[in-house]
Amino acid sequence: MAEKIDLQEIEVWDGNYAAAQAMRQAQIDVVAAYPITPSTPIVEGYASFMADGYIDGEFVMVESEHAAMSGCVGAAAAGGRVATATSSQGFALMVEVLYQASGMRLPIVLNVANRALAAPLNVRGDHSDMYLGRDSGWVQIDAFNAQEVYDMNLCAFRVGEHHDIRLPVMVHQDGFVTSHTAQNVCPLSDDNAYKFIGEYKPMDELLDFSRPVTHGAQTEEDWHYEHKARQHKALMDARPVIESVFAEFEKVSGRKYKRVESYMVEDAEVIIVALGSTVESARLAAQQLRDEEGIKAGVVGPRVIRPFPFDAIRDALENCKAIGAMDRSCPGGALGMLFNEVSAAVYATAKRPLVTNYIYGLGGRDLAIVDIKAIFRELKANADAGKITTQIQQFIGLRGPKLGFFETREGK
Amino acid sequence: MVEIRWHSRAGQGAVTGAKGLGDVVSTTGKQVQAFALYGSAKRGAAMQAYNRIDDEQIINHEKFMLPDFVLVIDPALAFTDNITDNDKPTTKYIVTTHLSKDELVAQIPALQDKADRVFVLDCMQISLDTIGRAVPNAPMLGAFVKISGMFELDYFLDRMKKVLSKFPQKIIDSNMQAITRAYNEVK
Repeated sequence: MAEKIDLQEIEVWDGNYAAAQAMRQAQIDVVAAYPITPSTPIVEGYASFMADGYIDGEFVMVESEHAAMSGCVGAAAAGGRVATATSSQGFALMVEVLYQASGMRLPIVLNVANRALAAPLNVRGDHSDMYLGRDSGWVQIDAFNAQEVYDMNLCAFRVGEHHDIRLPVMVHQDGFVTSHTAQNVCPLSDDNAYKFIGEYKPMDELLDFSRPVTHGAQTEEDWHYEHKARQHKALMDARPVIESVFAEFEKVSGRKYKRVESYMVEDAEVIIVALGSTVESARLAAQQLRDEEGIKAGVVGPRVIRPFPFDAIRDALENCKAIGAMDRSCPGGALGMLFNEVSAAVYATAKRPLVTNYIYGLGGRDLAIVDIKAIFRELKANADAGKITTQIQQFIGLRGPKLGFFETREGK
Repeated sequence: MVEIRWHSRAGQGAVTGAKGLGDVVSTTGKQVQAFALYGSAKRGAAMQAYNRIDDEQIINHEKFMLPDFVLVIDPALAFTDNITDNDKPTTKYIVTTHLSKDELVAQIPALQDKADRVFVLDCMQISLDTIGRAVPNAPMLGAFVKISGMFELDYFLDRMKKVLSKFPQKIIDSNMQAITRAYNEVK
């Protein structure tokens, strides 16, 4: 039987260690992992807990991330509680198996310390890997700081393993900015954390020999479409389950989470929509602008990226005048993902706020508070003019000539 | 908000020092942040680590900082890094060096109009004498405790013992000696 750790009320942990501690508390059966910067300390920390006698499960060292996720799929199909971690190129190598995991309806928890994708090779944080996973059929939850990495890991097991959902769940954090930044974290005790997550009750597990089942079968045009439609419905139906898990988590932790985290949006004229640690920095910028310049600024951060909170994000944004959607991933010849999805959500409102797209922070480029304030001021100019006064997509924090695309077309 | 920038070489323990400081600060009820800017993470490469300390939850995630304290734990970096980058009229500098303060300031033009805010000690010699290896982070913490006035020495030592509790007693004791000696020697 594994030893317990007597945690302090306030620990100083970085995002990686917070994830490793939550994984330890979840009493996982199998972790199959292959390390990659900046998520390495998650599995390194977990392996240390194992070596020191704090874990009863199996830790499988494999030869690649493709094998890591394959091992997770096998162990989850067998009926175990399963988790792992990765970043960037490792995530990219997992992609084929990510679709297997979701299609086979296997609740695996994957911690992703978000990092840029090569080329050029870069180990620092952006959201390229997170965006790469957005059609993979996984639930994607985003943590903005180390405390939330811990909290969202505990919630992820509950969401994914729920018998109405049975889908794998990613918990995202910003590489380095969150994964390697130590901050105050208030953990639950080992007993309370496990009590919250609960014992894993597998469904249709391969190791139940009294009731043989097949996993990963082939279906062609006869049944494939029905399987994928059911999978999509399960993902969409995860929305109320996620809300109920968050509500139960509030009861044990006192910390309240929503599918969309809104900050000062009630009277906001201008709102930034962002992901990751940028949500917190933008809150600071919004507060300062309200105090210093009287700009009614607000911030909206999708806590859950998949299933996309089309409903909740529309509620949060419909009364403002101008929105800046900030994408930290090279959009590859299109408008950014957040711009497209936010635009679609607010298009179905009466007032249709103006939406512009800001690309930033690729490969770990710093986003300073002054940069965010400059965006809010541009949004304010849009709101005052009643039209978009800048290019629709702009790159900020970029060296060299200003880069942007598309002008607004005024009605004639 | 108190902001601290560490100038170090990878392997000298600036990250451990910044996190250790964060651990101790968190026990006083304050919020902390400890992070680093790694280069390609080669041992010996110049790097910087950072702390933020505040009464409120710290939600600022920019790397940019106007430091209140600059802690230089490698003697050569005082000459090769831009240690006065983004400083304020009140920024205090604690530099490890075998030189006297006057000798050091005389050789670094950027420090010459800030000499009253420059403090020196020899973290390398102190750590060699006490810990037996050149790990200048522990002595720098002792010097910081003195110059910042943020803690009583005894409180800091007591909390630091808990942070180091996973290490053998000999290592804990030698770190306590290093911190204490640095506290007394910085000037």
